[in-house]
Amino acid sequence: MNLSRRHFLVLVPAAAVAWKSVLAGTPEESPNYKMSDHWWGMLIDIPKCIGCGNCVRACQTENDVPDGHFRTWVERYHVTDENMVNPQVISPDGGKEGFPVAEEDAGKYFFVPKLCNHCADSPCTQVCPVGATFTSPDGVVLVDQKYCLGCAYCVQACPYGCRYIHPEKHVADKCTLCYHRITKGLTTACCESCPTGARQLVDLKNPKDPIHEFLKTHSVQVLKPQMATGAKVYYNDLDGSVR
Amino acid sequence: MSAFKEAGHLFRFAGLFVLAFLVFLVVRHYVVPKSFGQYGHYRGAAIGEMAARPVKFAGHETCEGCHTDILDAKKNGKHAHVNCEACHGALANHADDPSIKPVLPDTAVLCARCHTTSAAKPKGFPQVVPAEHSNGLPCETCHNPHSPAMSAGGAK
Repeated sequence: MNLSRRHFLVLVPAAAVAWKSVLAGTPEESPNYKMSDHWWGMLIDIPKCIGCGNCVRACQTENDVPDGHFRTWVERYHVTDENMVNPQVISPDGGKEGFPVAEEDAGKYFFVPKLCNHCADSPCTQVCPVGATFTSPDGVVLVDQKYCLGCAYCVQACPYGCRYIHPEKHVADKCTLCYHRITKGLTTACCESCPTGARQLVDLKNPKDPIHEFLKTHSVQVLKPQMATGAKVYYNDLDGSVR
Repeated sequence: MSAFKEAGHLFRFAGLFVLAFLVFLVVRHYVVPKSFGQYGHYRGAAIGEMAARPVKFAGHETCEGCHTDILDAKKNGKHAHVNCEACHGALANHADDPSIKPVLPDTAVLCARCHTTSAAKPKGFPQVVPAEHSNGLPCETCHNPHSPAMSAGGAK
């Protein structure tokens, strides 16, 4: 074959691209789990939360979350009659060991469990300079810790304060919505251990999921809706003072 | 053609560019992970790696597979919807190897975590002041934690 230099130079890059796609192969999929069939989120039913801290402890056990860092935590709000815009918020050790007893007092109390909102248009994934954090095809915001540089842009970008730099791995860490559990047909560790059912994993692509009926019949809100993050953690009966 | 004859150095320069591009492609081929770009601007294989992690909470369906007696005791009680590991802790290791015996939780700590009176809790939730309520006795003296209503002969 008489291959001119010109043709050779044209063909080599084309061959390189073709070979690359051959090496990439077909994606491995677990037999019973199809990412395209799911769109995960969570429902938090505020009136059911008793502030026991079970979710925080379960999360730390399941995911080896280092002490002093939280993938989920619980805040207690105290809104007094005369000061509706400045609620007193406490979260001792993330609510891990519960909360101090509150005496009967003016105003109202309620607990707000928080976690990554698994935003559909998440600010954190948009700022990652290396493609280490992303929204998976089933709607979970994940961090590829082998690829993360630990620059912490995402930690600053998250409007909900849900990310931290792991003190030993020196990479970004956050709630994975127990991705290793939900892909095996289990619920998250926090939902599994919530005694009152205040937290429920929801699959928005599953037409049989009770979330659809719930969203139709309840006053449901997401955190910071004005930021248009596409948050998928839905709070039932959320007070206006929650930030 | 004479115009091109004078421009040989430009072609050699262009050749250098092409060579550099090829070197770039080769290096990129080895440096960029194979699954990068499979689903988006990230390493697709990372999803499978995260999904492959082992679980620590077995899930109540797993527990109920063996402990059917407890399931029966629970199902009509107030704690019917409290999952096993909410009180007993993460026990996937016990589910995998039943010879690993879990430690029974201390009811004085466990029950109080949820049921200690606090103005912050929802009004309808059953709450007691432990010191006044039981006079220091362990909760299971009167209540079966799996179905905590007072059994026959109890006060209420």
